[in-house]
Amino acid sequence: MKVKKMLALFLALIMLVSMAACGSSGEPAAPENGGDAQGKVLNIYCWNEEFQSRFTDYFEKPGLIPEGVKVNFVITPNEGNAYQNALDEALLKQDSAAADDKIDIFLVEADNALKYVNTDYTLDVVNDIGLTDADLADQYQYTRDIVTDSNGKQKGTTWQATPGLFAYRRSIAKDVLGTDDPTQVQAALADWDKFDKVAEQAAAKGYKMLSGYDDSFRTFNNNISKPWVDSSNKIVIDPNVMRWIDQTKLYTDKGYNNKTSLWAPEWSADQGPAGKVFGFFYSTWGINFTLLGNSLATPESEGGKLEVGNGIYGDYAVCQGPQNYYWGGTWICAAAGTDNVDLVRSIMYTLTCDPVTMKKITEDTQDYTNNITAMNELAKSDFKSDFLGGQNHIALFAEAAPKINMKNISPYDQAMTEQLRLAFKDYFDGKVTKEQAFDNFYRAVIEKHPELTK
Amino acid sequence: MNKNLSNAARLQLRLSRAVCYIILTLISVMCLISFYVLIINSTRSHPDILRGFSFLPGKSFFYNLKSLMANANLPVVRAIFNSLFVSGCTALVTTYFSALTAFAIHAYNFRFKRAAFAFILMIMMVPSQVTALGFVRLMGTFNLIDTFIPLIVPSVACPIVFFFMKQYMEASLPIAIVEAARMDGSSEFRTFNFIVLPIMKPAIAVQGIFSFVTAWNNYFVPSLILKSTENKTVPLLVAQLRNADFLKFDMGQVYMLITIAIVPIIIVYLLLSKYIIRGIAIGSVKE
Amino acid sequence: MNSVHDQVTAVRKKNGSISYAKWGYIFLIPFFLVYVIFSFVPLISVFYNSFFENYMSGLKQVGPNFVGLENYATLFNNNLGKYFYNTLLIWVLGFIPQITISLLLASWFTSLRLRLRVTGLYKTIIYLPNLIMASAFALLFFVLFSDAGPVNDVLMHLGIIDQPYRFLSEVAGTRGLVIAMNFLLWFGNTTILLMAGIMGIDNSLIEAAEIDGAKSFQMFRLITMPLLKPILIYVMITSMIGGLQLFDVPQILTNGSGSPDRTSTTLIMLLNNHLYSKNYGLGGALSVILLIVSAVLSLLVYDSMTREQRMAQREKKRMKEGAGNE
Repeated sequence: MKVKKMLALFLALIMLVSMAACGSSGEPAAPENGGDAQGKVLNIYCWNEEFQSRFTDYFEKPGLIPEGVKVNFVITPNEGNAYQNALDEALLKQDSAAADDKIDIFLVEADNALKYVNTDYTLDVVNDIGLTDADLADQYQYTRDIVTDSNGKQKGTTWQATPGLFAYRRSIAKDVLGTDDPTQVQAALADWDKFDKVAEQAAAKGYKMLSGYDDSFRTFNNNISKPWVDSSNKIVIDPNVMRWIDQTKLYTDKGYNNKTSLWAPEWSADQGPAGKVFGFFYSTWGINFTLLGNSLATPESEGGKLEVGNGIYGDYAVCQGPQNYYWGGTWICAAAGTDNVDLVRSIMYTLTCDPVTMKKITEDTQDYTNNITAMNELAKSDFKSDFLGGQNHIALFAEAAPKINMKNISPYDQAMTEQLRLAFKDYFDGKVTKEQAFDNFYRAVIEKHPELTK
Repeated sequence: MNKNLSNAARLQLRLSRAVCYIILTLISVMCLISFYVLIINSTRSHPDILRGFSFLPGKSFFYNLKSLMANANLPVVRAIFNSLFVSGCTALVTTYFSALTAFAIHAYNFRFKRAAFAFILMIMMVPSQVTALGFVRLMGTFNLIDTFIPLIVPSVACPIVFFFMKQYMEASLPIAIVEAARMDGSSEFRTFNFIVLPIMKPAIAVQGIFSFVTAWNNYFVPSLILKSTENKTVPLLVAQLRNADFLKFDMGQVYMLITIAIVPIIIVYLLLSKYIIRGIAIGSVKE
Repeated sequence: MNSVHDQVTAVRKKNGSISYAKWGYIFLIPFFLVYVIFSFVPLISVFYNSFFENYMSGLKQVGPNFVGLENYATLFNNNLGKYFYNTLLIWVLGFIPQITISLLLASWFTSLRLRLRVTGLYKTIIYLPNLIMASAFALLFFVLFSDAGPVNDVLMHLGIIDQPYRFLSEVAGTRGLVIAMNFLLWFGNTTILLMAGIMGIDNSLIEAAEIDGAKSFQMFRLITMPLLKPILIYVMITSMIGGLQLFDVPQILTNGSGSPDRTSTTLIMLLNNHLYSKNYGLGGALSVILLIVSAVLSLLVYDSMTREQRMAQREKKRMKEGAGNE
């Protein structure tokens, strides 16, 4: 008897477990709604909450979601490539998935955009979704190039543009160059040769030109003359990338940088009151949120005021720097097989094309939005940033953004840029020769992409 | 006994005790440093943390706690309950069935015994990373994505826990006890549940703690199985915070969440570690 | 006693031990059932796929094309030995202090002679590091050992070094940190395992030896160690498997690069690189190699240690007899 009781107990336990699990697995799939072209569930795959908050504030709150449609955000953080793994699994099963389980919208980053855009899993925003060329005309060209497939079709849109600038310390510029005026500083940093010369001058006065090894990497890498991989799957090292390697090695050996890496504690500290670094390459979001926070002596959450006197607030200024580049951004793509085409079009239009919404996003959040007309309007206004000593940096962004050229993007950029920086850190540290660093780089990218060759 | 000798022995004992305490304290300090950093950082603001280390606490404890709790996409309390449920079930299921499997190999003689033992030892060495993606695909076919079943039920077959139970039985479970139970007319299943399991209590408590902790900190497989916000476990929320966009990225919150996530597991550990100690007191027939 | 019970006992006696064999099978059912359903299919595909070219190029499937042993050849031609060496070195250098300290602590905690106080507190503390997620632990080590971090501050303050030691840019520094972190994460775990093992030992044996005036080291070597052997074997083998499968600590600490110059790249980090493109061919081949290596090593350990155990048991018997004669 006892045996049976124990067995029953365990079966019950297992049943309980499975029921609890089923109970929390969300609503059961709704029956097919015959005839109705629009699905009842909109599934959005993403890796953080940025798009969700834009969506809530500028699409859901104005009441743009049709009645009876449930919006379901599937957030998979990308630690250990988990987001792409989950998205890939789901896309590959898209055909056989129930209508309400199909992905409708997914988000991509510039570095992995082409992996998705160059496939039939992603819909053409003009021919499939129904946005018009006029709708898209006001978007910055580089944001369109990043999601344009090999046939020239645009397959995603974004609400932000993220042009980069060089943010420098006014006090250090004055000491080194005798001026802190953005136009004159820009003239002194207009190309890489001049930049190197200022680095030398700064070092003579006891400053560092840059903080880390990879500070200038994006700027060089965004201006390569050919894609990272050629048509026969051979990896191409662009002269501009070689220039980054040589410049960084020189800066390291001569002490023009502080040997840090992006996001390391020392890198952030270099941007604060104790920093001795001439400047940082930063883009739209980085200036208002990261650099500003790092520059304060007393943080906002502890009652620090955003005013001159708190740390080095007011000591930074921005100029275009030696080359144009961008840093960051998230693109919205529509998945083939979506049963909500109309709703997807409405979302894409409202959040990435509609000038009224775009302007409002910028006003509310200080996001630099992807609308040329709206941004130029702001640039012409008397907007002033106290953090940048009264400079109108929106004007500079508006000037820089149209010049960014991302025609040479490839599906392999994520692996290439990550692995190159990691492999060459050893070279800058003096642990390996240049040849060994290249060898390690090739090894690492071919492990990730077996189809490539040296 | 010679009084002098006993005095010398006492002195020696006192000395060796002192050495023990010194070494134990040093090791404890080493272990606690990371907790100190963790707790200190949970009281500091994001820019302050980015700037480097500080031995002194900051003033952002309540700010971090409030902003963490205010985030609707991070149901912290719910995630702790999910984690408690998944880890608790895993620990129960894995210790019970591993002990049962070990008992089968330890106490019975049957034809395929050696083969079964060898097979289980073999699969113990399969690195879990490589089967993970195939496993997730399989769970998709079974329609078990976004449920807790793929996280709990497979722990019935946990070769490492089995191996421990088997080794433990070898040291502490004489067959004579099983045979004595048979003499008393106990059925095999009853013998296992009411005679073998109590003897195994220290082993069960140990492996219970370990499996609980492993399940609690498991990130990779849950990240591929669990989709909806209300099903997420704590490590997924930590990853989500670390992946937050620039507007929300806040290391203060990350440290706060890690700190909060450790509290339940410490409680479970304290409960079970007492149990290990009680396990010996209960004792049983020994050879 | 009722008659049914008598009958049952009679039947059992008649059939002897053979009638119990079926219970062995019955108790194995849950394990094998769950294993076959949840793990066997993915495992078989690992073996199968190791003979194929099979990976994803973006969302495009390449293969599966049968390539024979080519995947194995590719691995051996690509420095597999180096990663094997890294893994083994990190394991051995971590395991020796770990097992030594754990044995020492476990014997202190359970020693009837020392009777240490507040051991509960110490026992709790040494296991605590294991409770932190490895990723969070790595995050904390980053902070502590960064170029301008507190460890460098202290070392410079004490005058041991005059400029920051860049831990993660040095081979010894990186490997040392991985070893130290692994040690901190796992030594408490090992101590508890050994303690549980020692607690399973009959106290009367130790007490008897104590009355006979055995020295504590003698007692440890002659009574505790032999009886602890099964658990020691377990610790050795699982630590070795864990060591061969070392992954998250070096992965997070070096951002996946295994720098400097891939000297902290472990076998599973290599596997993880191949899994990026869902390369079931190369990944499968690597897993099969890992499986064979760990199986052979475990077998060696198991065999050598049980042989010693058999000898020790004989010795114990002799000692017991000796104690009886006195």
